[in-house]
Amino acid sequence: MTIKRVGILGAGKVGIVLAGLALKAGYTVRISGSGAVEKIALTIKTMVPGAVASENADVVANSDIVILAIPLSRYKNIDPAMLKGKLVIDAMNYWWETDGIREEVLDPSTTSSEQVQDYFQGATIVKTFNHMGYHNLQEEARPKGDPKRKALFVTGDDHQAVDTVAAFVDSMGFDTVVHYSIADGIMTEPGSPLFGASLKRDELAHIIDHFDETEFGKKIAAKQL
Amino acid sequence: MVDIDHLEFGLETFGDIVANEDGSLQTAAQSIRQIVKEGQLADELGVTVFGVGEHHRPDYSVSSPETVLASIAAVTKNVKLATAVTVLSSDDPVRVYERFATLDALSNGRAQVMLGRGSFTESFPLFGYDLTDYDDLFNEKLGLYDLLRTEKPVTWSGKFRASLKDQEVYPKTEHGELETYIGIGGSPESVIRAVKVGYKVIIAIIGGQASRFKPYIDLYHAAAQQLDRPEFPIAVHSHGFIADDEDEALEVAFKNIKANFDRIGLTRGWAPMSREQFDGETKVGSFYVGTPERVAQRIARTIDELGLGRFDLVYGAGNQTAAQREHMIELYGGKVVPRVKEILAETAAVK
Ligand SMILES: NC(=O)c1ccc[n+]([C@@H]2O[C@H](COP(=O)([O-])OP(=O)(O)OC[C@H]3O[C@@H](n4cnc5c(N)ncnc54)[C@H](OP(=O)(O)O)[C@@H]3O)[C@@H](O)[C@H]2O)c1
Repeated sequence: MTIKRVGILGAGKVGIVLAGLALKAGYTVRISGSGAVEKIALTIKTMVPGAVASENADVVANSDIVILAIPLSRYKNIDPAMLKGKLVIDAMNYWWETDGIREEVLDPSTTSSEQVQDYFQGATIVKTFNHMGYHNLQEEARPKGDPKRKALFVTGDDHQAVDTVAAFVDSMGFDTVVHYSIADGIMTEPGSPLFGASLKRDELAHIIDHFDETEFGKKIAAKQL
Repeated sequence: MVDIDHLEFGLETFGDIVANEDGSLQTAAQSIRQIVKEGQLADELGVTVFGVGEHHRPDYSVSSPETVLASIAAVTKNVKLATAVTVLSSDDPVRVYERFATLDALSNGRAQVMLGRGSFTESFPLFGYDLTDYDDLFNEKLGLYDLLRTEKPVTWSGKFRASLKDQEVYPKTEHGELETYIGIGGSPESVIRAVKVGYKVIIAIIGGQASRFKPYIDLYHAAAQQLDRPEFPIAVHSHGFIADDEDEALEVAFKNIKANFDRIGLTRGWAPMSREQFDGETKVGSFYVGTPERVAQRIARTIDELGLGRFDLVYGAGNQTAAQREHMIELYGGKVVPRVKEILAETAAVK
């Protein structure tokens, strides 16, 4: 599938940065917040001129790829039927500041992206953009081949979807390290040495490859036994 | 366009525990007394604002900043006394008004309220609030505070506090209004909120290039014009450390800022700060570290790029010694501030 139109749900810090990167990469961009267009219109016009401020349903209907850039505690406010058949990037993490008590937001027995995938049954979820701070995403996007280029981890169960998203991430200014398992999203969740880190491809790949040797990896492994 | 004659320069501390020369830590009580001394020093050096943060955790000494500021008020003449920030969401706006009005009386009108949502969560369970109400709490309490700030009888009702009917709140201030800022982080929504209430804005830039905030500042001005609300020059605060020697400054800052950020990161699952990250922050990012000349160059650049009216340096992160903290304040007030003005005047002349 060729991606021309990018839809972003969430017009906060991350949503706006990703909108800016997508515009720069030449995509058509639609973006929405939790409410009416008027609430975000001025923000979008001033901060990412060229992106279309809209509402969730319109954004989803008119996009080839949809990015979830809303607080993790809010995704259940979105009707799963709306995302049916869509390729969806999950950029969300549990984050204390907006999400409140972790156990109330996340079932501790599985990972956050598995829960997001379970909820949005008819959609194909790929996790990425989640583990780099929003200002790093903004400042560290670089053209392909730049020796300082940073990398993002891309993972999901659907091979083709993961590859499509990896190519998309590349077009947005980042190298990628790819896995084909949505459960591996845990490798970049809060607590992981990759959460909040911005690394080059080989550094990122190294930690991913040796994930079970990290403190966090050991903790996760112990939990699964 | 930067108005050099009216530029304000502040110092803020979050109340980190002070270290002794042998590396052991002072008590919280000693650390608090050290802050009073530093406030006095800042005033002597002509620093415009002195801000003290509010935290409720073992690594910070100050939970009750107005009390510390009251003590500073007694030994200072000109410096404005601010909180950095008052966590309004878990406070009672009536109490906030009363405490600041009292501080304003003690300081002859030098109290400055800085309201924020805070970047820690401890105060929520401590005062019986639910973190999930984060946004609602701040919005509602800001609404009430705004009414109280008029110093007229207030009639109000809301979800999180007992209603008020024609209620007068005391003491009244001598100038009829408490100077009030709203502290914001990186969310566009908070910019719009600040515009709506019409207060001055201070942006916390704790990482990344200052220039990335330009769109937020554009948004502030665009929103103020569209909504026909007052516009003020924007203030910014960022971390820093100054010493006579560049390498010494970098080493002290790396050790302490890293320790501080990593400790906070630990509870949030954020990876520890790498040297590369730190170096990026001191070269082009938001840590103002180095000799007075270097720090002055970088502050001047930020003020110029963003068109600021005020710049506050956050000092004392981690566990620094009293000597390091005091010398930094001397360099900031004595050398950096005059040099920043000089650089900006030169830049203006070239433009
Ligand atoms: N901040 C980072 O550095 C960073 C980096 C990577 C990933 N993330 C993740 O990205 C997500 C967003 O973070 P953020 O920092 O951008 O948060 P933010 O600044 O608080 O923005 C969240 C945005 O989501 C919107 N929203 C909430 N519910 C919605 C709904 N049902 N439909 C559409 N929009 C909705 C909010 O709109 P309203 O204001 O109208 O509610 C707001 O515009 C989080 O899951 C976070 O963990 C953050």
